[in-house]
Order: sequence, then C-alpha cells, then structure tokens
Amino acid sequence: MTKISIRDVSKTFQVRDDPEPFTALAGTDLDVREGEFLTLVGPSGCGKSTLLDLIAGLTAPTSGEIRIDGTPVTGPGLDRGVVFQQYALFPWRTAQANVEFGLEAKGVPRKERARRAREHLALVGLAGFGERYPHELSGGMRQRVAIARSLAFDPDVLLMDEPFAALDAQTRESLQEELLRVWEHTGKTVVFITHGIDEAVYLGERVAVMTSRPGRVKEVVDVRFDTREGDLRAHPAFGEYRHHVWSLLREEVAAAQVQEREVATSHG
Amino acid sequence: MADQKLLPGDVHWYDLPDEAADAPDDAANLPGGAADVPEERPRRRLPGRWLRRAATNSTAILLLLAAWEALPRLGVLDPVFVPPLSEDLVAWYDLLVTGRLPEHLGASVARSLAGFGLAIVLAIPLGLLIGWYRPVADFLTPLLELFRNTSAVALLPVFTLILGIGETTKVTFALYACAWPILLNTISGVKTVEPLLIKSARSMGLGPAGLFQKVILPAAVPTIFTGVRLAGAHSILVLLFAEMVGAKAGLGYLILDTQSSFRIPDMYAGIITISALGVLFNLLLVGVERRFSTWRTT
Repeated sequence: MTKISIRDVSKTFQVRDDPEPFTALAGTDLDVREGEFLTLVGPSGCGKSTLLDLIAGLTAPTSGEIRIDGTPVTGPGLDRGVVFQQYALFPWRTAQANVEFGLEAKGVPRKERARRAREHLALVGLAGFGERYPHELSGGMRQRVAIARSLAFDPDVLLMDEPFAALDAQTRESLQEELLRVWEHTGKTVVFITHGIDEAVYLGERVAVMTSRPGRVKEVVDVRFDTREGDLRAHPAFGEYRHHVWSLLREEVAAAQVQEREVATSHG
Repeated sequence: MADQKLLPGDVHWYDLPDEAADAPDDAANLPGGAADVPEERPRRRLPGRWLRRAATNSTAILLLLAAWEALPRLGVLDPVFVPPLSEDLVAWYDLLVTGRLPEHLGASVARSLAGFGLAIVLAIPLGLLIGWYRPVADFLTPLLELFRNTSAVALLPVFTLILGIGETTKVTFALYACAWPILLNTISGVKTVEPLLIKSARSMGLGPAGLFQKVILPAAVPTIFTGVRLAGAHSILVLLFAEMVGAKAGLGYLILDTQSSFRIPDMYAGIITISALGVLFNLLLVGVERRFSTWRTT
C-alpha cells in the first residue's frame, strides 16, 4: 500500500542576484509504502532536504504532485512529524513541555497531554528527565526529546532530516538501534535522510539513491536481512548492499563536484 | 545621550553568569550515548565562596570611601568643596529625619516609575508590531531612525513648551528616554528568533497567531527584558536632568539647589542617594531579568 506518492516533482528557487532560477529537484518520482523505513541518500546539495520540506508541506512544489494516502499535500499537518538535524527544541520549554507542544497544537486536553508526553519520553529512554531544559541535556538526549515530540502527536509519517549527523559515532549508533526499536513498536512510515551509506543500509528497508543536482531518484535498493538482531554491520550481505549504494553514489558525487567547479569558475 | 547604551546585546558585568568561570556548559554537549550522564543542575553558591566574592567585589568601593574620608582631612582636597564622607553622611541623616529627603526621593521615584511604566506599556506592543509586521516596519523605520538619534535632552525644551513645566513634562521626558531601549530590543528580539524553531513549529501545523504566541513571544522575552533593564537605568539618569532645569522637588532639584545655596554636605547627600537608588533599581531589574531568562544560556 502506497503511503506517500511523489510524482514528477520539480522545485526551483529564485536566487538573489541571479537571473537564472536555481533548480533543486527536477522530475522526482518516488513511492513510499505504508509502514516502511525508507532511507534517502544523495550527494550534498542534491535536494534531499528540499524533498523532505515538500513532503512536510513547508514549501510547495513548482510542478508535480505529492499525495499522502491519495490526498494532495497542501500544507504542514500533524499527520506528519519532522525531526531536524539541529533538534529544533524550544529552549524555554522543559523536555516535557517540548513533547507537549504538538499535542497542544492538536488540541489534546492538558492531563492527557502530560500523560502522553511522559509516555513518549519513557519510550525514548528519558523517563525522569521531563523537567530538564534542553540546555541541561546532551546532544543525544536532545535528539531523543525531538523524536519523542514528533511521535507524541501520533503522526502516520515520520520525516527525519539527517537527525543523527551532529552526534558522535557512539551516540549515533545507540540512537539508530533505538529508532529501529521505536519504529517496530509504533509501525510508523519513516523517511530518513542521511549522507552516511552505512546508516542508510543499516536503517532502511529500502535505500533511495538520488542523483546530483537537480535531484531525481536514481535507484531504489531493496535491503533484506533475515533479522536485524546482533551485529548487522558484520553481516556479509551488509557489505554487498553498502558497496552497491556506494557505487551508485560515487558517480553522482563526481558529477556534483564537476558542477561545483563549473559554478565556481563561472562566478569567479 | 541616550543612544550609545541602546544596542541590543549590550553586555555589562552583571550580565555575565556567576558561574561563568567554573561551570562549563559544554559538559552537556560532550559526546555520550544512552549511558551518558548529564551534568548536575547548577548548584547554589556556597557561603564561603559568596563571602570571598563579596570581599573582592567591594574592595574598590571601600577604597573610594576611605579616600573620600581621608583626603579632605589630610588637606589634599579642599574640605569646603569635598567634605569628608562622615560629614556628608551626617547631613544625609539630618535630611532623612527632617523628612526633606524622603519628599524629594518620593517625587523622583514617582516620576521615574511613571515614565518607565508607561514606556513598557507603549513600547513593547509597538515593538512587537514592528518586529512582526513587515509593512509596519518599512513604514516606521525611517521615523524611528530619526527620533532615535534625537537626544531626549534636545527635546526637553519642546516638551516644556507644549506640556508646561509640571509633572507631565518630566514623566514624558522619562517615558521618551525609556521607550528606546525597550522598543529597539523588542524589535530585535522578534526579528532574531531562530528560523529553525519557526520551521519546526510550522511543521506541527501552527498558523501565524499560534506561531506568534507560542514561539515568537517566548523567544523574544529575554531580549525584551534586557531592554527593560536598560530603560530602568535610563529612567533615573535622565529624570535627574529634567529636575535640574525646572522643578521644585526631586533629587535633581535637591542637588542643584543645595549646590547653589552652598550647602555642600547636603549636595553630596543627594548624590549618594541617587547612586544608591540607581544601583538598587538595577539590581532589582537584573533579578527580574534572570528570572525570565533562565533558559537563555547559549
């Protein structure tokens, strides 16, 4: 069952001091299935984040259409939760109050809000940290709060924009494991952007590889393991998937570098 | 005269956190996984450390007071123009018990608070409006630039012409001077809200009204309070000037009047009072400001 369908989506921006519009995405097609964990990789500047903003309804596509459950996206909504790389927690709110934010927007009564926020903080392993302010938490804990916040208002889709990129390797690994656990527990559809090939293969049931700018989906790689228990990264199949995605990406990264040089010389 | 102090983000010693030297905030940002232990909540200062701090902070003041007492007595300064501190304090006590000091002090404080309060009530909403609505900002900015660079002192004669020499003029004068730091800080507070927070709130379906109430306003509160604190200091500083040029009560009047009638110790008593008042008012506002910006540590 298709949850998110992206059809021939293009996005161009008008850049200041430049008569030529900037094309971030051109003719992107992608289907995301209900309940699946899809990771999206691509060379930097290929429009990954733009695509996520479009699904979130934060900006509108220049052409093409994005549908969720068959309904076209016209703006942001609580059926989708977004997790940003820089956490985006409200610094004047405690962890608990941050998690309650989306519930307030949804009009959930106060007592119910408090209960659900506590529940979701516990789900991400932060029971007892509700009264802390974001500045009193480590980076990893802040991102847990952000994930709890997005899960608490019970969206169908979780959109994650390189959520673990700012964390150190150890924290990242433990959060990856926990995200998988939460995903299995909640059954959400997850679209996860990353620039890490390992992360993409480890987390994704499918890995969508994007071309260099203007971004399109080049290939969607099915990743199948009998089980995700244990040291998945040591599995021989992991290495094969990894290499396959790496080869797809390498051509695009090279193309992106040529592009960058051209831009640099034409502007220099 | 009001302009050089108005910059938002203007840092004073009392802005610096007490624990700046010994409570590295980065502790919270250190790498760590599921098992990472966040640092303890900042503890209350220990009495011993507090005493040492108090001693360090007051040494320079004590030296000044000692010099004030000693230099006139040693004949280094002319005791007629600079009477020793003890004589000034005696004069201060006399003014206090005769009820003259409370009268002048009351007049000054009432005017300051009226101007300060009105400035808060008027400048914060106006600042929010300018910061939030682009067309309002475009329309008013040139006017604001013009008036911001027009000293309150230059306008005092105009206020006097229009409003007479009564209380209205003095309150308006304090109001005008207080409004600028509050207005400019409010505008900058609204404008400098982290765009990612706005994006995050928008992704949760908040419309303009919800965004303003739940993101813009709380994010701007600490910056607004910095403006309020600066305005508090202004309210007393500028009012004194107004009281020196046309008044029959108030500390400004007292200081100028005692000087011209050569009651020098009384004059110093007035100056001491104004200093103490300014310091106390500022401490109070710093406390209030801290209370409202506990979260602003980075």
